Amino acid sequence: MATHPETGPGMPSTPIVTPGYTYASVTDKISVIVLSGTTPLSWFAGFLIAFGLLQALLLGIGWTVVFGLGTWGINIPVGWGFAIVNFVWWIGIGHAGTLISAILLLLRQQWRTSINRFAEAMTLFAVSCAGLFPLLHMGRPWFGYWMFPYPSTMAIWPQTRSPLVWDVFAVSTYATVSLLFWYVGLIPDLATLRDRAKARALKIGYGMLALGWRGSAQHWHRYETAYLLLAGLATPLVLSVHTVVSFDFATSLVPGWHTTIFPPYFVAGAIYSGFAMVLTLTIPIRWLYRLDDFITMRHLRNMANVMLATGLMVAYGYLMEIFFAWYSGNPFEMFMMLNRMTGPYGPFYWALICCNILVPQLLWSERVKANVPLLFLIALVVNVGMWLERFVIVITSLHRDFLPSAWGMYYPTWVDWAIFVGSIGLFLTMLFLFIRVLPMISIFEMRTILPSPKPRPAAAPGAGPAGD
Amino acid sequence: MAQIFHRSTNVLAKVSIFGAVFILAGIGWAVGAFVRSPYVSGVGVAVQQPVPFSHKHHVADAGIDCRYCHTSVEQSSFAGIPPTKTCMNCHAQLWADAPMLEPVRESYRTGKPIEWVRVHKVADFVYFDHSIHVKKGMACVTCHGRVDQMPLTWRVNTLYMEWCLECHRNPERFVRPREQVFSMTWTPPADQAALGKKLVAEYKIQRLESCSVCHR
Amino acid sequence: MSHDAMPGHDGIDWGEIRRRLAERQGPEYWRSLDEVADTPEFQELLHREFPEGATEWTDPVGRRQFLQLMGASLALAGLTACSSQPSDKIVPYVRAPEEVIPGKPLFFATAVTLGGCSVGVLVESHQGRPTKIEGNPLHPGSLGATDALTQASILGLYDPDRSQVVLRTGTPSTWNAFVSGLATQLDSGTQPQGGGLRILTETVVSPTLAAQLQAVLAKFPAARWHQFEPVSRDTVRAGARLAFGETVNTIHRVEAADVIVSLGSDFLTTGPGAVRYAREFASRRRAETPATALNRLYAIEATPTLTGGMADHRLVVRPDDLESFARGLAVRLGIEVGGHSWRPTPEQAKWVDALARDLAAHRGASLVVAGDEQSPAVHLLAHAMNRALENHGRTVVFTDPIEAVPVDQGESLGQLVADMQAGKVETLLILGGNPVYTAPADVPFAEALNKVAFRAHLALYEDETSALCHWHLPEAHTLEGWSDGRAYDGTVSIQQPLIAPLYGGRTAHEVASALLSDPRSGYDIVRDYWKSQRRSGDFETVWRKALHDGLIADSALPAKVPTWKGVIPAAPSVAPQGLDLVFRPDPAVWDGRFANNGWLQELPKPLTKLTWDNAALMSPAAAERLGVQSGDVVELTFAGRRLNAPAWILPGQADGTVTLHLGYGRTQAGRAGSGIGVNAYLLRTAAAPWGGSGLTLKTTSARSRLASTQGHQTMQGRNLVRMATAEEFRKHPDFARDPGDHGAGHQPSFYPAHKYEGYAWGMAIDLNACTGCNACVMACQSENNSPVVGKAEVLVGREMHWIRVDRYYKGGLEAPETVHQPVLCMQCENAPCEPVCPVGATVHSSEGLNDMVYNRCVGTRYCSNNCPYKVRHFNFLQYADDRTPSLALLRNPNVTVRSRGVMEKCTYCVQRINEARIQAKTHDRDIQDGEVITACQAACPSQAIVFGNINDPKSRVSQLKAHPLNYGLLTELNTRPRTTYLARLRNPNPALEQG
Repeated sequence: MATHPETGPGMPSTPIVTPGYTYASVTDKISVIVLSGTTPLSWFAGFLIAFGLLQALLLGIGWTVVFGLGTWGINIPVGWGFAIVNFVWWIGIGHAGTLISAILLLLRQQWRTSINRFAEAMTLFAVSCAGLFPLLHMGRPWFGYWMFPYPSTMAIWPQTRSPLVWDVFAVSTYATVSLLFWYVGLIPDLATLRDRAKARALKIGYGMLALGWRGSAQHWHRYETAYLLLAGLATPLVLSVHTVVSFDFATSLVPGWHTTIFPPYFVAGAIYSGFAMVLTLTIPIRWLYRLDDFITMRHLRNMANVMLATGLMVAYGYLMEIFFAWYSGNPFEMFMMLNRMTGPYGPFYWALICCNILVPQLLWSERVKANVPLLFLIALVVNVGMWLERFVIVITSLHRDFLPSAWGMYYPTWVDWAIFVGSIGLFLTMLFLFIRVLPMISIFEMRTILPSPKPRPAAAPGAGPAGD
Repeated sequence: MAQIFHRSTNVLAKVSIFGAVFILAGIGWAVGAFVRSPYVSGVGVAVQQPVPFSHKHHVADAGIDCRYCHTSVEQSSFAGIPPTKTCMNCHAQLWADAPMLEPVRESYRTGKPIEWVRVHKVADFVYFDHSIHVKKGMACVTCHGRVDQMPLTWRVNTLYMEWCLECHRNPERFVRPREQVFSMTWTPPADQAALGKKLVAEYKIQRLESCSVCHR
Repeated sequence: MSHDAMPGHDGIDWGEIRRRLAERQGPEYWRSLDEVADTPEFQELLHREFPEGATEWTDPVGRRQFLQLMGASLALAGLTACSSQPSDKIVPYVRAPEEVIPGKPLFFATAVTLGGCSVGVLVESHQGRPTKIEGNPLHPGSLGATDALTQASILGLYDPDRSQVVLRTGTPSTWNAFVSGLATQLDSGTQPQGGGLRILTETVVSPTLAAQLQAVLAKFPAARWHQFEPVSRDTVRAGARLAFGETVNTIHRVEAADVIVSLGSDFLTTGPGAVRYAREFASRRRAETPATALNRLYAIEATPTLTGGMADHRLVVRPDDLESFARGLAVRLGIEVGGHSWRPTPEQAKWVDALARDLAAHRGASLVVAGDEQSPAVHLLAHAMNRALENHGRTVVFTDPIEAVPVDQGESLGQLVADMQAGKVETLLILGGNPVYTAPADVPFAEALNKVAFRAHLALYEDETSALCHWHLPEAHTLEGWSDGRAYDGTVSIQQPLIAPLYGGRTAHEVASALLSDPRSGYDIVRDYWKSQRRSGDFETVWRKALHDGLIADSALPAKVPTWKGVIPAAPSVAPQGLDLVFRPDPAVWDGRFANNGWLQELPKPLTKLTWDNAALMSPAAAERLGVQSGDVVELTFAGRRLNAPAWILPGQADGTVTLHLGYGRTQAGRAGSGIGVNAYLLRTAAAPWGGSGLTLKTTSARSRLASTQGHQTMQGRNLVRMATAEEFRKHPDFARDPGDHGAGHQPSFYPAHKYEGYAWGMAIDLNACTGCNACVMACQSENNSPVVGKAEVLVGREMHWIRVDRYYKGGLEAPETVHQPVLCMQCENAPCEPVCPVGATVHSSEGLNDMVYNRCVGTRYCSNNCPYKVRHFNFLQYADDRTPSLALLRNPNVTVRSRGVMEKCTYCVQRINEARIQAKTHDRDIQDGEVITACQAACPSQAIVFGNINDPKSRVSQLKAHPLNYGLLTELNTRPRTTYLARLRNPNPALEQG
């Protein structure tokens, strides 16, 4: 999937940054978004909408805590509903960030530079949205801390055979590392903002966050080491987190969950949905803040390619599910697959096939990839598709399992919807605040990829502007 | 350009970064200590009763056996709180008009029970049975302490699950000969380890750790 | 208590009241009682009522301390200003010590009467709170088991909606005011010898009450005593009179019968002796070895019954064909029948032939049972056939009727109404029952009632009838008052109270004694009666023994040989027009008396699995023709009356037959029971109490949401309930076993197998014995404090029963085979729920139980997702009622009441296991086989459930698990369930098999 910008055969030589920029102009163009006193009305508009949605979340949570999970659509046999669907969906979205920042960094994919900061932020916000749900879906969330190992007066510990416990660790680790990674990456830029800020309050604020960064060679050296180390740390997480999340299902014996293919296919799906979300967000912002020069067609094209690639992996996953259902000769598996396709939730299955497999095939065409609105649409469709995928996995597997006498149906309630929509509100709210107060594109890394006046070794990013 | 921060802030920054670890650890420790403190567990806090009943006086001075009042301790999950009648057996003659005992006499007259305050309380979902513990050589003192030295009664153990398990996991450390169960003064011999093993075998004491033994 | 509140004891001056009342006449009369009622005595009496007293200990979490504190039992005493135990003497049951030990329950033997038959029970009492009803092993009608209704009746005791105060035209009054009012009324009677007095009771099987009423009639020779209850056995009695010229009580010796023919009878689950019959029937269905000979049951019926579900062959006929079929069979058995023109279908002809041969081959060892709801003629024919087959005295035994005074109740009610309309009735005492609601639609009881000057109603609830009466008297619950009653075989049980009336209720005995103006406590009344019955010997010992054992020794009625007077009349030549309508008592709320019982409302009805509703049951074919779906509201027109009812499609229902269950559509049942379902009585006529033909059905556009707990009826080709014929079993004894599996599923596992040094608890359920009667479900709910969740929650699949009875159909829609499978926690050795719980709230115990620790549960519900049996239930909301004080009394103190947000499930009644373990240890012995009996096992009439220690090869459960029929559910998943099943055998008649 790594399409090497310089040497890729037959690659259109779209640069990863439009020529003509100098260090200063780059810095200006990016930092002004944050530091200029005037905020575009569009920002306010977007923020208000997001904040409105956020209220739905608060209402939903309040309702759930006061009246109980009975206000959701879940029941016996369908013990998990929207909450888990949303959880997996958000976690998946969270993947692009780490992938772009860590793996592409190690792979020296310079085109990542202009989108990594943004993607990392998105990751953090997605993960924090995801983190809500495991807690919310508990019958007694106020005892959620029992999931953590600590010497309690009950002299008992969490039950470490349970994938849910692994989940707690996987997700919290992932959140921590992503946060560190993002923050460390921010430090030089925070320093830049500190230096360029006019208001004293801002100076102090950014100053504290900059941790006294002076851009000395020593600083750069330490920074490089730390950043590379974190990248190395984060890389396995890209694989581990969603693997563990997939264990939540794979280790059970529910037909439709109990499969060995889940880990790889969940990871692929995660990256798939992650990139889809990055595209969904970059395209409008790129247009809004006139960032076409930094986020060029090249970026969009590359991300589209990644989507196409991971999309195909996911398609393979679906195919294998069907194959194994038949090949296993297990009547329950066979029934599950049949029920998934033709049962009461059949339409959802076919919709997901449509969204995740058919539509993205358009991306084979260069013309489609060159068409930004269409690209945006496809990304959107994939987001929906990935949500449907989780819905199908969770609900259709549960609602008809082993004993026909215990079969049931699942219908979400308004609380389910409020919390789902509200979580999107939370995500967007955080995103809007981010682009307002922090540089959404890494300033110093952008500088490194500018054609430099004096020849310099193709060093790791950030090596360049030392000492400016 | 002018520095925003003074030099000293460097130190501050460094300290806060490294300090964070210890601060968090400290908080954790503090919470742990708090939930085990008498403030929460009520250990050693004398409980006020409608009548200032003194076990010290009745057990140590008068030498009354536990079972005289706590009649059902050997047959039932509940040891039994004596009916007013039991008090009056003696106090019809002794201290027959002590003002302190007026509530008892009143209860006896009116038939309204004295409402004692519970000292040893376990949560609703914990099912403890006195009779079997007594039968297996668990002494009153082991859990309730030297009530013969308590002018007012208080709790000497937290009754937390960790405390229960301490014994359920290695009973040999606490078991004593059945005939000593109601003794206040019996002290474990030097070779309690040996004695414990012997008694555990003799009394067929199991290490009952299954949840449903106490929770159901 | 009963006597300390009697006249003269509560400070109301009688003479004074009489004098004041005597002064007043006419309209002023009623108002004057108000004035009496306003006396301080009255106020004081009012404040003795339950709710006031209750408020001080409503705290639900305090439940156990309340119990374990000695003072608690006294606190209870404050409730009705009398001791929690009746002040009268009570003899505890042997299993419990003589004196109350706090924390230890006592058991008392008493009796529960329903539908004109008593059954003996033992009631568990914790510090004076009755908490659980068990069967009485010594009682012939119980043999230790109970049915669902009996189990649930204890909820009625604590029902906060029960009437709590004497009402006079709707305003609170006092018992004494009533007694004086009654006296004045009788004195002021215009007709001589109490001619204006009428007493209406339900079927009376209480010798004491009968004697009292006879005394009343002696005192007022012109007075009349009427009996009516909607589910009466008029047709049975009429049939007997046709056959023998007298009313006799028929007892079946089911275990002695090799071939049984049920003519629309549900004798295994409803009616007198059903509990006993189920046991006897099951005893002949257990194939100890493949060679064992099983009995054979044929069922001919129009609407499916559980008995039909147990049948080896089931023939579906229209209701009016049933009599013709019986005639045909009788003729074929060589019985003389006056005129017989019946055109049987080929299948029916084949059946008649096969049955006749089979019956004839088992003379003296066969049995023909006619359903209680069948016409007198069918009963006559059944008697005739049993006679011809020489079954009389062998499988059929006759005694004098168990009813004190058997009458045709339809007729009796008719006379009463006629008298009322003729204005002959001045004083009407309705002792129990709810005739305004239950009277046939063409009997204008309500209107007639208004013509009566003085009408009083004694009932548990302030119901439809009370609303039309001047006086409403709170009735004492079965567990609150003294009485007695006869069992199916006449055995007399003394009904002794376990608790003083919570709401100051009175028994019919006390009302009668007021009539006789000889006020005595219920205890004295009952005791004195039996004393008077005993000429010789030491009465005291007999009496104590009777209370102790729960029955009076050898009080069963002697068998008699009634002389045959039967002449079988010609078949009535009525051409059936239109559809047939069939009425049946509801399996849960009976005739409506249990309408406010949440347990029963939520109890899935055996065949439809419906809760909280009744429906018009119709055959799939009819539904298809009319384009009706389950839940569509249809308009039923019968005998000129209309009723809209939701349809429900029921496989095995006779085509063109619609079945309606009685007991719904109540308007004044209480908070739970009012305004749900449809009132079938509105279509019921005196002439056709159990339905008839001439029903027309129109579809409407309306729909109604019916809450059924089982959406899918077939096994989807999965091998869940394993079945074979006795023949196949003989050929392949191990047909039930999984291929290549020797003993319930032992596939390899990565986890080390558990070791069980001590006990290893297990259960075996015999599908040959399970009739699907639901007794286990009720027993479990009662034992384990299971909450009631309500219709809305059932609709979304959140019912909380720890044990459910799955019902599957096999074969065609029209006449499918019905099988029942009780499903509770399988207590798997490799429990899928255990490894997935993040906090270890469900873990494996050292004895192989799958412990569910409510207080550790955080409610991720993963355990339920991963449970292939779906036996786990989640408290999605705060289901346990922690606000109603009276329900706090009902709880089993040994089982935690679960709060919102935690998972729960069957525990194998671990509280009983622990109790037994402690008992055994304190006596330095091991737990004996049969010492631990789970609630479901105890209740099961047919002993389908066996529980015990599978580490002990001699235990009954071990032997059953070694049985070739033993198999585990879904063992291919390697869950290794501790609960296993014995595959079901059919014993078909080869003659009917082919085709």
